[in-house]
Amino acid sequence: MKKIYLLCLAFIFLSGCSSNVWGWYVINPATPSGWINIKFLVSGIGNTILISIVAAFISINLGLLVALPGQSSRKGWRIINRVYVEFIRSIPLLPMLFWVFYGLPIIFKSMGLNIPIDPFWGAVITLAISDSAFTAEIYRSGIQSIAKGQKEAAHSIGLTYAQTMRYVILPQAIRRILPPLANQFIYIVKMSAFASVIGMQELTRRANEIVVTEYRPLEIYSLLILEYLVLVLIISAGVRWLERRMGSNENQ
Amino acid sequence: MQNTAISLTNVNKWFDNFHVLKDINLTVNTGEKVVICGPSGSGKSTVVRCINKLEEHQSGLISLYGKELKNTQESINSIQGNVGMVFQQFNLFPHLNVLENLILGPMKTRGKTKDQAIKIAMHFLERVHIPDQAKKMPAQLSGGQQQRVAIARSLCMEPKVMLFDEPTSSLDPEMISEVLDVIIELANDGMTMIVVTHEMGFARKVADKILFMDQGKIVEQNTTEEFFKSPKTDRCKTFLNQILKH
Ligand SMILES: Nc1ncnc2c1ncn2[C@@H]1O[C@H](COP(=O)(O)OP(=O)(O)O)[C@@H](O)[C@H]1O
Ligand SMILES: [Mg+2]
Repeated sequence: MKKIYLLCLAFIFLSGCSSNVWGWYVINPATPSGWINIKFLVSGIGNTILISIVAAFISINLGLLVALPGQSSRKGWRIINRVYVEFIRSIPLLPMLFWVFYGLPIIFKSMGLNIPIDPFWGAVITLAISDSAFTAEIYRSGIQSIAKGQKEAAHSIGLTYAQTMRYVILPQAIRRILPPLANQFIYIVKMSAFASVIGMQELTRRANEIVVTEYRPLEIYSLLILEYLVLVLIISAGVRWLERRMGSNENQ
Repeated sequence: MQNTAISLTNVNKWFDNFHVLKDINLTVNTGEKVVICGPSGSGKSTVVRCINKLEEHQSGLISLYGKELKNTQESINSIQGNVGMVFQQFNLFPHLNVLENLILGPMKTRGKTKDQAIKIAMHFLERVHIPDQAKKMPAQLSGGQQQRVAIARSLCMEPKVMLFDEPTSSLDPEMISEVLDVIIELANDGMTMIVVTHEMGFARKVADKILFMDQGKIVEQNTTEEFFKSPKTDRCKTFLNQILKH
């Protein structure tokens, strides 16, 4: 809360110091056109959140799928895990987005598949894949935080690898995994701004569109930053709550 | 051959360049109790862990009831649950209560229903004398109780052979005997077992055969009586003097 307060103060200060730099009228809720602009800008939040949630959901599952072979005793499986993580991690988000949105449909078409990729799914797929390399690493460190003896005990009562993960390792690792996973959600929310370049109507795209018609980038992008800031602060508060809960479970 | 439960023939193992097991030869007959002792780092745990396929051996032959154990998945699956293992650190599953710890194996790998598994679990909890702790979490139990639960957890798989790797080494002195008593009862019931331990009183009482290991080799291997009466090597004599003094 303090942060938001300070930021508002800074805004007021900046806007007061030179009235010919700032023109808040574009988003002045007191005027009809300002109010329309605000509504248009802020309503992009629905898509930002939707993209982020769907991408995070996929990434959480995909990350686990990628992490598990990394824990295998067989080298081949571990190599698959390493190659995926290193490869995906090193691709910048924007080129990957272009590849998925413009390139992937061509591959689909060549295979005789008619799968159109709209901006929503283009953004979601890209974010999910890009993020899955990180969630996979979060699972890895969570799983590795569980003592080796647990795996050995599970082995000695005949559990398979999958059963060991399902019934012994993951239930224990989850409290080490959940807080950083939730943190990773913040990364997705911020990176979802890239969806604007393929025409997804989310926060950033809407800001760009108003900037083009109103020529007031300073005010509109300031509001845009404020929107992300509020969103991320809310999520961080949630993450901290989760961390506290998980932490208090630790000494059960 | 029928009578042979476990046999190791010229087993060698390396951790990278470190030759941890050197030409290990050992036969354990059905119903036989073997104690392994020796200084820390001599390879006792590694021998036991190779038999349970927690470690791979690089050369030699390990067989269980005449069937060779290879480092393949099939081999690993074939022994799982048939060879019970009790660890120095208990390794109970901390997120599950005692009963849940015990029924997991029978339900997931023996295809038992929950009711059947609970019945088996309660039977073995009684055998380790703590049926009243079934609903407790492992962390609420004393070390001795935890180790007894761990023994019961292994027994629920109805293994043919039990391996104990220093089962009392991380226990407070007053709890050692309650765990050893359970193992002695198990021995008296005819369980085939290998026990890594420095409890020589226990060894004298239970063991048919005692092995002394040093630097990856079995230095002495003798019947219990002979082992205590006339240790052959100086290394073993010194070791016995050291631990019997305390
Ligand atoms: N996973 C491992 N990697 C490398 N060295 C190991 C490993 N496990 C054990 N060792 C080494 O092998 C030797 C024998 O270990 P261990 O069988 O545990 O001995 P003991 O049980 O007799 O104390 C020790 O020197 C130990 O440091
Ligand atoms: Mg040891």
